[in-house]
Amino acid sequence: MNELSRPKATKSARSQKPASEQQAQPSGQKQTRRVEMRVRPTAPILPPSNIQGNALMVVIAIMAFLACLTLGAVSMVRATASSWQSQISREITIQIKPDDGLDMDAALKKARDLALTFVGTREGTIMDESATARLLEPWLGTGLNLADLPVPRLVIVTIDEQNPPDFAGMRDLLKTEIPQAFLDDHRTWVDRLVSMAHTTVLIGMGVLVLVFTAMILTVIFATRGALSGNRHIVEVLHFVGAESTFVAGEFQKHFLKISIKGSAAGGALAAAMFALANMWQANSLATPESDQASALFGSFTIGMGGYLGIFATMIVIALLTTLTARFTVMRTIDEIDLIRSDPARSDGLSAS
Amino acid sequence: MIHFENVGLRYGMGPEILRDMTFDIPKRSFQFLTGPSGAGKTTLLRLLFMSLHPTRGIIHMFGRDLSQIPRPELPMLRRRVGIVFQDFRLLDHLTTYENVALPLRVRGKEESSYRNDVIELLKWVGLGERINVLPAVLSGGEKQRAAIARALMDQPEILLADEPTGNVDPPMARRLLNLFLELNRLGTAVVIATHDLALMDQVDARRMILTEGRLDIYE
Repeated sequence: MNELSRPKATKSARSQKPASEQQAQPSGQKQTRRVEMRVRPTAPILPPSNIQGNALMVVIAIMAFLACLTLGAVSMVRATASSWQSQISREITIQIKPDDGLDMDAALKKARDLALTFVGTREGTIMDESATARLLEPWLGTGLNLADLPVPRLVIVTIDEQNPPDFAGMRDLLKTEIPQAFLDDHRTWVDRLVSMAHTTVLIGMGVLVLVFTAMILTVIFATRGALSGNRHIVEVLHFVGAESTFVAGEFQKHFLKISIKGSAAGGALAAAMFALANMWQANSLATPESDQASALFGSFTIGMGGYLGIFATMIVIALLTTLTARFTVMRTIDEIDLIRSDPARSDGLSAS
Repeated sequence: MIHFENVGLRYGMGPEILRDMTFDIPKRSFQFLTGPSGAGKTTLLRLLFMSLHPTRGIIHMFGRDLSQIPRPELPMLRRRVGIVFQDFRLLDHLTTYENVALPLRVRGKEESSYRNDVIELLKWVGLGERINVLPAVLSGGEKQRAAIARALMDQPEILLADEPTGNVDPPMARRLLNLFLELNRLGTAVVIATHDLALMDQVDARRMILTEGRLDIYE
């Protein structure tokens, strides 16, 4: 656009009112006029709130609540699984089955010493007869004489989790030196827990994807609804020379406000729920209900990481909503523009 | 400034609403566009505003062939044209000041940079006392003047007015006409679509008469 070619006379000439308007101005009243020169803070081009906007805010709040709840639950299960995993993988067990001619006490000591020769082991404890009897007490009762029964005996070896020993080498050495010995590194349990934790995380991610998809679709419908409800505004903006990016920016601002309010409400509700559950658990320690809940879900604490995750979810929801609204508006305005400008697609109702 | 050559337009598969339009709108010119209801005045204004593409023919706007201009560039070109509607099309939730400032706002200008210009223009059209008023409490004449002020805000090279006096009484129509004449005197080309013969008789200006899709021009 060539700015230089545009008439500049209007502005300077405006200082003189047209003759027709001279009489229309009340004379005097300078004080009143000075007061009226003040203008209110500029209102947004899109009206700030309506029923649709409030409904969308509630939907976004519910979606944010569900997303944060899912995120919190996943992080809780992961934390519980990882604590179980850590407890189990901190120890390995050497089991020695009784056999004819086997000196059990000597075999136990030998097994412990062999295990402790490996780098990554910390200490070995032989479970003495009384401890073994206590382990079996629930099934075999008290007053048990282990010499009468072919009960395997155990050596518990604690290991360095960060630098675990060579389990295969230890197993082979024990098999060679004490054929009755069997090394259990709890790998089966650990693998099961890891796979359970992974499955839980995958399910959680699936739920999150579903929640986000539903939210994006809701925002698309809401944006299209808002566009159609504010079509007169879009038309006026078109006639005053607004580009589609400007119109999209206005809708984007509108939806950003709605989504920030909605996601903040949903996220805060989810955080409050976790905090309340945590308080309930802390206040009802050693009660059957609390023990049952702890056994199933572990601790309801989601920690600072969990709360940061909830905050991040809120931000992601606000960004997703805003971007969805922007792209939907740009696309819809392009469609409107195409239809408006193409007489083959216009119905001609606006013509006279 | 604007040149139409053999322009024709039909909606869908219907008959041609406008046929063989060939005319110029020179700079600083003043003209009435008239004809019976349904003759295609609004359609022709939409073509002039680049809001509608012709079915055939060539339109040159400000020296450029409209068919060669990419769609994203059209808003920039539209900013050189001001348009006023019979139904005003003011936004009900914005004050007179905000409605009139809208063209500058969509151009991304800071409010402080145009506040005085908007107030000055509002005074010029006689709305200096109605700056902070919502359109709902403005009279028909005031709304029309606010719509005209909005169209003039960014100093367009041409002003298109669709039945600007359709909703006002004869004295107000006369005042609005004087406003358009004043504007034209300051250098803006003006096209007023109207079927108000009394209004046209008040000014010795070019008349473009649309009848059954054909245009006759009386200089």
